[in-house]
Amino acid sequence: MEKFKSLPAATRSTIITYAMVVIAFLIMQGLLSVGAVSNSTQGLLVPICAYICMAISLNLVVGISGELSLGHAGFMSVGAFTGVVVSTALAGSGTSGPVRLLVAIFAAGVSAAIAGLLIGIPVMRLRGDYLAIVTLAFGEIIKNLLNNLYVGLDVRGLHFSMSDAASLGMAEGGKVVINGPQGAVGIDMISSFTAGFLLILFTLFVVLNLVNSRSGRAIMAVRDNRIAAESVGINTTKYRLMAFVVSAALAGMAGALYAMNYSAIVPKKFDFNTSILVLVFVVLGGMGNIRGGIISATLLTVLPEKLRFIGDFRMLIYAIVLIAVMLVSNNRALMERLHGLAGRFRKKGRAPSPAVASKDGGDLS
Amino acid sequence: MTRTEGTYKAQAAAAGKRDAAKQRERTKMVPVVTDSIIPERDAGQTILECRHLGIDFGGLHAVEDFNLTVGKTEIAGLIGPNGAGKTTVFNLLTKVYAPTRGTILLDGMDTANMTTDQVSQAGIARTFQNIRLFDTLTVEENVRIGLHNQVKCGMWSGIFRLPRYWLSEKEFHDRSLELLDVFNMADNAGDIAGSLPYGAQRRLEIVRALATSPKLLLLDEPAAGMNPSETAELMEIIRKIRDEFKIAIMLIEHDMDLVMGVCEGIAVLNFGRIIAKGTPDQIQANPQVIEAYLGTQETDDATVRGGR
Amino acid sequence: MSFLTALINGISLGSVYAIIALGYTMVYGIAKMLNFAHGDVIMVGGYLCFCTVQYLGLPTLAGVILAVVGCTALGIVVEGLAYKPLRQAPSLAVLITAIGVSYFLQNSALLIWGADPKAFPSAVSFPSVKLFDGQLIINSITIVTVLAAVLVMVALTLFTSRTKMGKAMRACSEDKGAAQLMGINVDRTISMVFAIGSGLAAIAGVLLCSAYPTLTPTTGSMPGIKAFTAAVFGGIGSIPGAALGGVLLGIIEIMAKTYISTQLSDAIVFGVLIIVLLIKPAGLLGKLVPEKV
Repeated sequence: MEKFKSLPAATRSTIITYAMVVIAFLIMQGLLSVGAVSNSTQGLLVPICAYICMAISLNLVVGISGELSLGHAGFMSVGAFTGVVVSTALAGSGTSGPVRLLVAIFAAGVSAAIAGLLIGIPVMRLRGDYLAIVTLAFGEIIKNLLNNLYVGLDVRGLHFSMSDAASLGMAEGGKVVINGPQGAVGIDMISSFTAGFLLILFTLFVVLNLVNSRSGRAIMAVRDNRIAAESVGINTTKYRLMAFVVSAALAGMAGALYAMNYSAIVPKKFDFNTSILVLVFVVLGGMGNIRGGIISATLLTVLPEKLRFIGDFRMLIYAIVLIAVMLVSNNRALMERLHGLAGRFRKKGRAPSPAVASKDGGDLS
Repeated sequence: MTRTEGTYKAQAAAAGKRDAAKQRERTKMVPVVTDSIIPERDAGQTILECRHLGIDFGGLHAVEDFNLTVGKTEIAGLIGPNGAGKTTVFNLLTKVYAPTRGTILLDGMDTANMTTDQVSQAGIARTFQNIRLFDTLTVEENVRIGLHNQVKCGMWSGIFRLPRYWLSEKEFHDRSLELLDVFNMADNAGDIAGSLPYGAQRRLEIVRALATSPKLLLLDEPAAGMNPSETAELMEIIRKIRDEFKIAIMLIEHDMDLVMGVCEGIAVLNFGRIIAKGTPDQIQANPQVIEAYLGTQETDDATVRGGR
Repeated sequence: MSFLTALINGISLGSVYAIIALGYTMVYGIAKMLNFAHGDVIMVGGYLCFCTVQYLGLPTLAGVILAVVGCTALGIVVEGLAYKPLRQAPSLAVLITAIGVSYFLQNSALLIWGADPKAFPSAVSFPSVKLFDGQLIINSITIVTVLAAVLVMVALTLFTSRTKMGKAMRACSEDKGAAQLMGINVDRTISMVFAIGSGLAAIAGVLLCSAYPTLTPTTGSMPGIKAFTAAVFGGIGSIPGAALGGVLLGIIEIMAKTYISTQLSDAIVFGVLIIVLLIKPAGLLGKLVPEKV
C-alpha cells in the first residue's frame, strides 16, 4: 500500500481505473454464474460495454483534446456496419465466433479511422462551435448515406449499391447483408460480455497510454493554449487530428461490438440523439475524467431501463435529472458547501497535508 | 482589425512573390552592420536579421520598414510607448501574423514559408505578455511539452509502450528536471501550473521556452506586475540565461531600470517604426526617444524612466 | 416550370428556416450558446395553435396569437429556470442543459398529446394563385410564409437598429461587461432575446405545420437542426445572415430533392454547409474575430 501511494498521481489513477473495470467485471461474472442477474439486465451488458467504450473514446476528443464533437455516433455506425459485413463475409469460412468478432472489430476500427481521417482533415480547419456544427453535419451525412447503402453477399463475393437491393445484381442464393433504411438484418450475434469487457480494457489501454505520452501531452497542450502550443513547436492540426482519428477508430470498434449483439440494426439507431447521449456521459462524468465517464455511461444506460415501469414518464425524469445535475454541479456556492462537508469528513480520517503555501515560501511573489 | 489571418497570409504571399527580387536587391545594398543595434559588432555573428519587415492591419501600417539585427549572444531591448507595435513585431517573428512585407532571416535562414511551430523548431522561442501556460497540467508537463521537438516518441510507441517510449519518458523527465533546477523550480515539478504564484508562472514560461533549445529567446514584458526586488532577480535570470545557454535574448519591457540595466542594445519603436537604435546610454540621451515617451515638452528628468 | 415550382417551394421552406434561424442566431449572438431546445419550441407552438383551433374552436388567427404568447412565456420561463443560473458555467454545461430542456419539452408533449401524429388545420384559407394557365400553382400558405418571413426580418432589423432595447441587445452581444458598465441590464436583455426567439419559433411552428400538416412531439427536431445549420451557414450572430442562410438552405434542400435524390437530400444540405464553412469559416455574412495574442 505504501508503495502504491508513492507512485505518481497519474499512474495511481490509471491503476484505479483498470482495477475498477476488472472488479466490476468479476462481480458481474460472479452474479451471472449464480443466476442472480435478470434476463433484461443480461441484455444490457453488451450495450453498456459499448457505451463505456464510446464514452472513453469521446472523452479523448471532448475532454482531452477540448473539441466539441456532435457526430460521434456516425463513427459508431461506420464501425457497426463494417463489422457486420466483415463478420457475415467470414461466416462461411469456418472461423470460430471469437476470431470472427476480433477480425470484425479490427476492420471496424480501421474503417472508422479512415472515416475519421477523411472528416477530420476538413474539420480541423475550424474551431469551437463551428467545428461542433460541422461534426454534427458529418454525423447526419453518414446516417443519410448508410440509410441508402445496400450490401449483398453471394458466391462471387460482396456487392454494393446506393439505390436499392435489386440493383445489387446478386447470383442465386445471395444474401442481402445491409438493406438500406432497414439496416443490417440476420446478424450473427457473436458479441459477448467478455468481449465487451476486453474491448473496454483495450480502449482504456489506448486512451490512457496515449494521454500519458509525448503525443498526449501535445494534445492537451493544444487544448489548454493553442497559441502557446504552437510557440513551442507543436503542429496543432496534427495533434488535434490524431485525437480525432484515434477516437473515431475506438468508436467504430464499439459500434461493431454493439451491432453484433443484435440480430438486426438500423442506421437510424446512430443518429444525433446517440451522439448527444454519449456526450452526456462524458460531461456528467466530468470532462477528461475517464473513470467518471465509465461510471456515468453505466448508470445512464441502466437508469432508463430500470425506469421502464413508469412508462412514458421515464424520459421526462431523465430530462429533469439531466437539467438538475447540470444546475447543481455548476452552482458554485452549493458545490463549495458540499466540498466543505467532504473536507470535514476527510480531516477526521487523515492528518492534514502540509500547507501548500509553505512550498512556495521562497518564491518570487 | 476584422481581417482574417488568412487574408494576411494571402497578401503576404502575393507581396512576397512581387517583392522578392526587389528585396534581394535592397538587401545587398544595405550593409548589414548599419542595422545592428551596436554598430561595431561583427556581422558574421548575427542570429536574427529583419529586413524591411512590415504588416498592415486593414489600412493601418502597424509595423513599417522594421530593420534590425541581433547578435548571437546579445541581449537586445525593444521599447516604445503602448501601441507602438512591439508585440506585433514578436508576432511577426514567430509567424503568429504573416508579414505583409519584408524578410526575416534566422541564423541566415529565411523563415518566409514557415508556420509558428516551424519557426519554433528553427530556433525562436517566446513568452507572452499575458501568461500562456498549459494551466491544467503540471509544471514538469509544461516543460516536457517545451521539449516536444527535442525528444521524439511517435504515437504508436506511446500507445503500445514500445522501448522508444520508456527511453523518451526518462529523457523527458531528466531534461525537464535539469532545466527546472537551473531556475530553482525543481521542487515545484508536480504542482499544477495554473496554481503557481504569478512570478513563478512567468519563470515557468521562460523555462518552457528554453526547453525548445532556442537560438533566440523573445521575452514579452517579463517584468510586468513584478515588484523591484523581483525585477532585480529577473535581471539576474536574464543574464544567467545568456551566459549559460549562450543564446540571444530580445525583450520588450516598460520597466526602464530593467531595460537599461540588462540590455546591450536597444531599439525604440513608435507608431510602428524604429525611431532610434543604440546602446542604453545613447538611447537615454536621444531627444527623439524622450519626445516619443514624454511629448515635446522638456522635463527636468532627461532620462527615460518608467514607461508605464 | 418544374424548376420554378421547386424554386418557389424552396423559398417557402427556406422562409420557415429563416424565421427559426433568426431565433437561433439572436440567442447565439447574445448568450453564445447552442440552444438545442429551440427546435422543440417550434413543436410547442404548433401544438398550442392546434389546440386552440381544434378544442376551443377559435379562429386560426387566435391560435397563432396564443401560440406566440405561450411560446414567449415558455422562452422566458425556460431561460430563467434553466439557463440563467448557468451564466458563468462552461458552455458545454449550458449545451447539455439545453439538450435536457429539449428532451423535457418533447416528452412533456408526448405525455400531453401522445405519439400519434395530429392533422394540423391549415392556418390560411384563401385560394392558391394560379399562373401561366395553371401550370404554376402557388399555394396560399407559401405566400403567407414568405410574407411572414419578410415581415419578421424587417421588424427585427428595425428593432435592433432603432429601439433602445435593440441597441442594448447589440451592445450585449459585443461585450457584456462593457454593456453592463454602460448601465444596461444584461440579464433582462438576455431574457428578452429568448422571449423574442421563442415567439419567432411559434410563428415558424404554425407555418411549418401548415405546410407539412402532421404534428408529432419530434416535429421540431429536424427543422431545428436544419435552421441551426442555416444560421451557421449565413454567419451565426448575424441577422441578415440567418435570413439568407435559411432561404438558401430551403432552396438547396428542395432542389436536391427535385433533381438529385430525395433520400440523399439531407446529406447534400449538410455537405453544402461544410463546403461553405471550409471556404468561409465564419459563414456567408459572419465576421471572423482573430484571436488576440
